[in-house]
Amino acid sequence: MGNRCAVIGVGQTRYQTRRRDVSLAGLVREAALRALEDAGLTFADIDAVVIGKAPDMFEGVMMPEAYLADALGAAGKPVTRVHTAGSVGGSTALVGASLVQGGVHGRVLVVAFEKQSESNATWALTTHLPFNASLVVGAGGYFVPHIREYMRRSGAPGHIGTLVAVKDRLNALKNPYAHLRIPGIDRKMVESTPMLWEPIRYLETCPSSDGACAIVLAAEDKVTGTPAWIHGTAMRSEPLMMAGRDVVSPRAGRDCAADVYRQAGITDPRREIDVAEVYVPFSWYEPMWLENLGFAAEGEGWKLTEAGCTALDGDTPWNASGGVLSSNPIGASGLIRFAEAALQVRGMAGEHQVEGARLALGHAYGGGAQFFAMWIVGSRRP
Amino acid sequence: MRDVAVVAFAQTVHTGHDAGPAEPELLLPVIDEVKRATGLKRFGFTCSGSCDYLAGAPFSFVSALDAVGAWPPISESHVEMDGAFALYEAWVRLQHGDIDTALVYGFGKSSMSDIREIMTLQLDPYYLAPLGLDQVSYAALQAAAVNADRAALDEIVRRSRAGGRANPYALDLPDPAGEKFEVEPLRPYDVAPVTDGAAAVVLAAGDRARELAGRPAWITGIAHRAEPHYLGMRDLARSVSTAEAGRAAGVGKGPVDVAELHTQFSHEEPILREALGLSADVMVNPSGGPLAANPVMATGLIRIGEAARRILDGSADRAVAHATSGPCLQQNLVAVLDQSL
Repeated sequence: MGNRCAVIGVGQTRYQTRRRDVSLAGLVREAALRALEDAGLTFADIDAVVIGKAPDMFEGVMMPEAYLADALGAAGKPVTRVHTAGSVGGSTALVGASLVQGGVHGRVLVVAFEKQSESNATWALTTHLPFNASLVVGAGGYFVPHIREYMRRSGAPGHIGTLVAVKDRLNALKNPYAHLRIPGIDRKMVESTPMLWEPIRYLETCPSSDGACAIVLAAEDKVTGTPAWIHGTAMRSEPLMMAGRDVVSPRAGRDCAADVYRQAGITDPRREIDVAEVYVPFSWYEPMWLENLGFAAEGEGWKLTEAGCTALDGDTPWNASGGVLSSNPIGASGLIRFAEAALQVRGMAGEHQVEGARLALGHAYGGGAQFFAMWIVGSRRP
Repeated sequence: MRDVAVVAFAQTVHTGHDAGPAEPELLLPVIDEVKRATGLKRFGFTCSGSCDYLAGAPFSFVSALDAVGAWPPISESHVEMDGAFALYEAWVRLQHGDIDTALVYGFGKSSMSDIREIMTLQLDPYYLAPLGLDQVSYAALQAAAVNADRAALDEIVRRSRAGGRANPYALDLPDPAGEKFEVEPLRPYDVAPVTDGAAAVVLAAGDRARELAGRPAWITGIAHRAEPHYLGMRDLARSVSTAEAGRAAGVGKGPVDVAELHTQFSHEEPILREALGLSADVMVNPSGGPLAANPVMATGLIRIGEAARRILDGSADRAVAHATSGPCLQQNLVAVLDQSL
C-alpha cells in the first residue's frame, strides 16, 4: 500500500438537474475551491491534479482535462485524466492516492464531475463500436435483467427495492448537497411512479445530475486539518462478455472487497465498518452489493434491507448521504462515495453523520458491473 | 524511488488505413508478444490509454479487456490519454513496493474518423471550439510562431520517413515533395499520417526486471507537466512544460544517445529539441517517429517503447522518450531510460 495517505479536504457542489449558471470549468473549480478551503490550502499548495469523468460524449468535450487544467490551477503540474466507466470517481481517488502512496507527491487534488444537462446519457451509452451490436438499452435496460436474476435466486419479495428508494431519499433530506430531496417520500409515492424497466420504477432509479466533487489528499507529513486516513485501496476489473461470468455477484467485486478488507485488517465487514457509501444506482443494487461485499451471506442481503439494518439508525448504515439514488453526476458519483466515507470518519457529515463513525467503506462500480474501485478510510492513523 | 525498468515492448505493424481488425484484435497479438517475451501470464497492475472519440462510442477500453484476458479479475485502470500516461500511472503504482510487474498498452484507429476535426472537440467548448479551429490549423499557428526554416522542416520529414521505411512497423511513405500548403506554413507531409495501431510495454521493478531482461531499460527519471490550455497564454515557440518535465526526469544528467519524440508535426521537433537541451548530434526518432506512424493514443507509448528497445538490444546506453497531450504540446511527459542505474 506504500506511504500513508489521508483525505484532508472535501468539496462538493450542490447536485441538481441543470447548472446553467456555470461552465464546466466553473463547476469543477467550485468543488476544488471548497476542498482546498476545507484543507486550509490554496492551489499553490497542490503538487498534482487528477481528473475523472465518465465518457466524454456526456458533454461533447474530448479529453476535457486539457481545457480544465487552467481552472484547476494545474499549469506547471502533472495532470492525469482517469476514465474507468461508472467506477471512475472511485478510480480517480485511487489514482490520486497512489501518487501519495508511491512517494511521488505530497499533496494531490482529485476532481471528478459530470454535467449531464449538456447531453443525454442514455444516448451516449447506447452508441456502439463499429461492427458491434448495440443493445439500445442505456444503463437501466442493461442492469435490470441482473436484478431480476437476483430476485429469482434469492426469492426476495418485490417491495425490497421500494424500501431502498425510500431510505436513501430520507437520508438525502439530511444532505444539503443531495439532488433529490423529496419531502414526504414514502413507499406509496415510490409505488405510484411509472415502471421504467420492471421491477425498477421511476423513483427507484438515480437522477441525471450536474455536479462536481473534489478531495485533497496528503502524505503524512503534509496533513493539515482533520484527516481521514486511508486504510486500504483496491481496483479490480473483469471482462464484459465471458461465458460463466456471474453478473449478479461479480467476482471482481468480491475479490476487490477481499483485497481492501485484508489491507484494513477487516474480517467482519458488517460489524467492523461503521458506515458504507456504496454505488447503488438502482434500488435493488443495495441487497445485491450487501452480498457481494460480504455484509450478508448469499441470498440474505435483502433481509438486512427489509429489517432496516442499512438505515441511518440501523446497525450497518449504507448511503447515509442519500447515495447515487439521490445524486448522480455520473463521473463524480464514485468520488462522492469515497468523499462521503471520508467525511463520516472525520465527523464532518453534518445532519447525516453516523454517530461515532471510525471506519468507512467507499465503493464504486462501472461498465457492465465489471469495474470496481474501493477504499477503507478511518479516523485512526493506520 | 524504487528502480523500475521497461523489460518488453511490442507494437503492431501499423497501417495507414483500416485493415479490418477491431481494437481488441489489434491488441491481442502485441499483448501475447510481451507475455511471450517475459514469460509472464499475470501482472501486478495493468493500465491502458485510449480515446472514446476515435471510435465514436463510449468505453473503448472495455472491449480491450478481452485481449488482456482479465480472468481471474485483475487490478486495472485506464487513462483517457496516450498510453505513455498509463505507463506513468503504472510506474507510480510500482513505487508502492507490493507488486513487481505491470502491463501497459495503448491503441487507436484514427482511420475510423477525421482526427483533424475530432481534435477540435478537445478545445475549450465555449470560447475556442466554436471557432472551428482544427488540429492542423492550430498546429500551423505554432509552426508560424516557431518560424522554422523550411529546408530544416523538409529535412526532418525526409529523415523521419526514411527511418519509417527502414522500420518494419512504420508506414512506407515517400520522400516529401510538393509546394502545396495544408495550412500555411505547414505542408501535407509536415502532418503525422492517419494510422491504426497498438502497442504494449511490460514494466518490472528491481530484481524482477533483471530476471526478465538481459539489459533492462531502467527508467531513471519520468515526469510530466501541463501548461495553460489557451494558446494565447503560452509562448508557442517554446515548450516550457517539456523543459520542466525534462529537468525533473534528469535529461541533462548524462549524454543522450537517442531521443524518441512525440512530434505530430515536423515543427515540433525543433521546439522539443530546444526544450530538452538536445544537441544537434543527438539522433531523434530513428524509428521514423510519429511522422512515419501515428496510431493516436499509442504513439507516445511507442516513443517509450522504441527508446527502451534500443537499450534492451544494446544499440544505445541512454535514451530519452517524450509524449504529449492537448493542443500545441499543452502537456508533456519525459522519460529517461538507461542501461545502468
